[in-house]
Amino acid sequence: MKLNLRIWRQKNADTPGAMATYEVDGISSDMSFLEMLDTLNEDLILRGEEPVAFDHDCREGICGACSLVINGDAHGPERTTTCQLHMRSFRDGDTIDVEPWRASAFPVVKDLVVDRSAFDRIIQAGGYISAPTGSAPDAHATPVPKPDADSAFEHAECIGCGACVAACPNGSAMLFTSAKVNHLNVLPQGAPERETRVLDMVAAMDDEGFGGCTLTGECATACPKGIPLPSIAAMNKEWLRATRKVRR
Amino acid sequence: MDYLDHTTGAPLADTKAPAGPVEQRWDRRRFEAKLVNPANRRKHTVIVVGTGLAGGAAGATLAEQGYHVEQFCYQDSPRRAHSIAAQGGINAAKNYRNDGDSVHRLFYDTVKGGDFRARESNVHRLAEISVEIIDQCVAQGVPFAREYGGLLDTRSFGGVQVSRTFYARGQTGQQLLLGAYQALSRQIAAGTVTMHPRTEMLDLIVVDGRARGIVARDLITGGISTYFADAVVLATGGYGNVFYLSTNAMNSNATAVWRAHRRGAWFANPCFTQIHPTCIPRTGDHQSKLTLMSESLRNDGRIWVPKARGDARPPNEIPDDERDYYLERIYPSFGNLVPRDIASRAAKNVCDEGRGVGPGGQGVYLDFADAIRRMGREKVEEKYGNLFEMYERITAENPYEIPMRIYPAVHYTMGGLWVDYDLQTTIPGLFAIGEANFSDHGANRLGASALMQGLADGYFVLPSTINDYLARGTFDAVGAGHPAVAEAVAEVEDRLNLLLAVGGDRTPDSFHREIGELMWEFGGMARTDEGLRKALDRIPQIREEFWRRIKVPGTGEEFNQSLEKANRVVDYLELAELMCLDALHRTESCGGHFREESRTPDGEAARKDDEFAYAAAWEFTGTGAPPVLHKEDLVFEYVHPTQRSYA
Amino acid sequence: MALGTRTEEKKPSRTDRQPSVIRLFWRSTVGKKAVMAVSGLIMLGYLVAHMMGNLKIFFGADEFNAYGHWLRTMGEPVLHYSWALWLVRVVLLLAVVGHGVAAYQLSRRDIAARPDKYVHRKRRPSYATRTMRWGGIILALFIVWHLLDLTTLTVNENARPGHPYENVVATFSTWYGNVVYIVAMLAVGLHIRHGFWSAAQTLGMGNATRDRVLKTAADGLALLLTAGFLSVPVAVMTGVVS
Repeated sequence: MKLNLRIWRQKNADTPGAMATYEVDGISSDMSFLEMLDTLNEDLILRGEEPVAFDHDCREGICGACSLVINGDAHGPERTTTCQLHMRSFRDGDTIDVEPWRASAFPVVKDLVVDRSAFDRIIQAGGYISAPTGSAPDAHATPVPKPDADSAFEHAECIGCGACVAACPNGSAMLFTSAKVNHLNVLPQGAPERETRVLDMVAAMDDEGFGGCTLTGECATACPKGIPLPSIAAMNKEWLRATRKVRR
Repeated sequence: MDYLDHTTGAPLADTKAPAGPVEQRWDRRRFEAKLVNPANRRKHTVIVVGTGLAGGAAGATLAEQGYHVEQFCYQDSPRRAHSIAAQGGINAAKNYRNDGDSVHRLFYDTVKGGDFRARESNVHRLAEISVEIIDQCVAQGVPFAREYGGLLDTRSFGGVQVSRTFYARGQTGQQLLLGAYQALSRQIAAGTVTMHPRTEMLDLIVVDGRARGIVARDLITGGISTYFADAVVLATGGYGNVFYLSTNAMNSNATAVWRAHRRGAWFANPCFTQIHPTCIPRTGDHQSKLTLMSESLRNDGRIWVPKARGDARPPNEIPDDERDYYLERIYPSFGNLVPRDIASRAAKNVCDEGRGVGPGGQGVYLDFADAIRRMGREKVEEKYGNLFEMYERITAENPYEIPMRIYPAVHYTMGGLWVDYDLQTTIPGLFAIGEANFSDHGANRLGASALMQGLADGYFVLPSTINDYLARGTFDAVGAGHPAVAEAVAEVEDRLNLLLAVGGDRTPDSFHREIGELMWEFGGMARTDEGLRKALDRIPQIREEFWRRIKVPGTGEEFNQSLEKANRVVDYLELAELMCLDALHRTESCGGHFREESRTPDGEAARKDDEFAYAAAWEFTGTGAPPVLHKEDLVFEYVHPTQRSYA
Repeated sequence: MALGTRTEEKKPSRTDRQPSVIRLFWRSTVGKKAVMAVSGLIMLGYLVAHMMGNLKIFFGADEFNAYGHWLRTMGEPVLHYSWALWLVRVVLLLAVVGHGVAAYQLSRRDIAARPDKYVHRKRRPSYATRTMRWGGIILALFIVWHLLDLTTLTVNENARPGHPYENVVATFSTWYGNVVYIVAMLAVGLHIRHGFWSAAQTLGMGNATRDRVLKTAADGLALLLTAGFLSVPVAVMTGVVS
């Protein structure tokens, strides 16, 4: 396959960027999207140009590092991570636009790489269960009903890639935050910190400059792990409940 | 002197494990270890490099104990360490199934599975702690699979006959890692852990014979900084990426351990690498990494190849009597569940015979037709749905209808920095945990044991043993002007500058690929004296060519992924040499190390216990200079070595 | 590790400071959305009552005018003349202001959170956000016109105080009166369609199983209100009401 790529190039956070056009040839439909970019980068290095910087690591859809907006869609046309997108989803001669995640809470570091540390700070605000090492009771001391365990797992699948924020017209992190809140709040182990967790995480999310939720649903459509939109409603419910509980 | 002229130095012994009955040693060690007064702990700083299961757990736990932790990872977030990709599960001797499991059985299975090349004291401790890990993770909110009664579900995994593997669908590593990450996040918020993401350790600072800090590069600004501490913990994972194509993450690398090795930490058993039997075969030269399919697939899938060579018919058109279910044929009692090394080698053998399937004949079928007939498609989907989906996404073939194609790939490295019972390397104050050390798996790791070892080291072992080291020493502040510091910084800077200055005509990736292909051919699943010598001949040539022809664009003062990559390849080019030498000197076959010359009459791996019942710890003497071999004799008091038999 | 040796201290929680409920809500995007949801539902309830009142126009001038009068006398003799109506007006005013200010602040925040647009624009428009924002502005302007037209009668040329039926007919006898009203009612429908469902989500009432019911209810409400409100100008234009 032969493709025209238009890729966002930006030297660093302080320099304005622009789209640049490249042509790649000899692309196999079995390649992953990132392998296609590897091919481009090998060419660029040999031509004495700077390769395109992009985040990637596990390349099996689980680490959450890869983060490209392809033709306007976070992670591209398929519901998966960029690293698991294959070139068979494109046709010979296509023009493909590649851009970084866009949100003021995710400033561009270089080219297609953005800073997602805001997500870490949301987790630090309360996305955990305080269980210091050594303090745990036997694992079977508290049975967890299977539906609750399954629901916790489904929310815990979030890989923290940020596609939800990138896809949201408001740059909102509600889906990400709700995934962690729901994962922990549905479990009996998470109950003691249930109220402070949701209040603190939502406050941290707001402090990071993410937008609010207008329930457009773009986040859930883009989510490679299928975190569902009703997660947000569930978190809202937890938040409202917490405001009553904390106030007594 | 030639690299092959390695010398044998003084033998090495672990002096930290107490004598006495194996089941009392860990208790005794914890009692004998000195403690640091809780009020004094915050005066101690510990550096932890890596945020995977071992590093994340260690950082969180040390901070909970009151130490100040400086933690590093090259990823943009500690949540992305490659432990996250582990699929299958984690072993624990809980015996919730009442199926005859016990700490002793897990200990026994692990020593035997490791082909009698692991230290009994360590393995027993691992089995003891396995039980606590599950408790800890459940308390943190790790959503393990549960049954309708609300209790934890377990499954049988990777060549053992009890059901002791706890799992969270096919994403156990992810869930355990997020548990550790969350515990770490809690400490970061509390200010007890200072997290340095996108910061890569490039050298170790050794002052007066003790590890006192690291030199690290900020991957965004390119700034080189030094960080000081009273102890340094390496939790930087394995070195499987030497092979270029592996199931490791693209940026997983061996730089931290190799730099530590160059500074005096001995490297043990580098040739013990694990080839995982069930990976998705490569599709072409563009392949950048390989994707593993959980071994749990072998519980229900049947592995076969056509009986006839070069049979090009689609799999569904090959009648049953023309198929060779070779694992079931050769190993009737274990069948498709034989340990990883055996399954991998058998796949290689049938492909070498010309009976492999798929592009290039580098694959075998893993067929679920029988399982679907037996359990129904729905049940199969429930058990393996996400794996099937992943397979279809990568190959565009539907495994419910067409058998999967699988082929072995480099997956895990049992070798690593030599550590004693306290997980301390040969440099005082430098500890290595998780896959970065060599300690618990011997020559072969059992399925679902990597997560167990990483968390055991991180949550329970290191936080206990490091106290002893910190309590016994006095730690004066190290000044940035100390000659050892200046030298380490200068060395790092010189190397990066040199990489940028060469301005040759080959990319870092092309060298990585070349060394990887060489290692796969001569140091992969089957090794020969002749092949290893060829590799050892070739590696210095590649190294020489590297420094002549490498091309790294950009500068060092910016985000520069090519520079990161090139700098890692430099270390692969040295580590590969040691791996080959270790493989050459060990003329036996054991676990993941298979020497064609050492086989039983029926072609199976033949161990030589009288000659090689030791861990080989290598001392660095200079790039390309012959290293010194130190042998740690392994004594088996409880599990008596037998030739493994899975027939 | 004995618990007694732990030296970590509890980190002060963001919520330990116990801010007032109002501050807690107003400071948070989730809280502010809840304010919008509740005020929106209040206005929705009012609209339902309003529409039912409007339909009385089909029963003739007397009944409609009597209804208009009753609005001022309801609550008597407990309440003084038109107090109840003023009570309703105050609640509505609070709802409108709360809804509007929250919407304005949240929109400002949303736009700031996403300053750079993608170069590759997708064809799929963000329907909900766009209609809610523009629809909200249209509705705010309409409310002003509507009050000037039929409450204060400032812009209604042929208006006579105390004769609501005639005033309504007068409004819908002008082309611009009809256009303004019809556009506004379509905006109401669209606003309710997303707003009702959205409010349910914001108040935590949505879940996967209830989602269809909520969406159907939102569609039904939107359709009913739009049709009910539009029936009046249509009736005037076609001469059914004159």
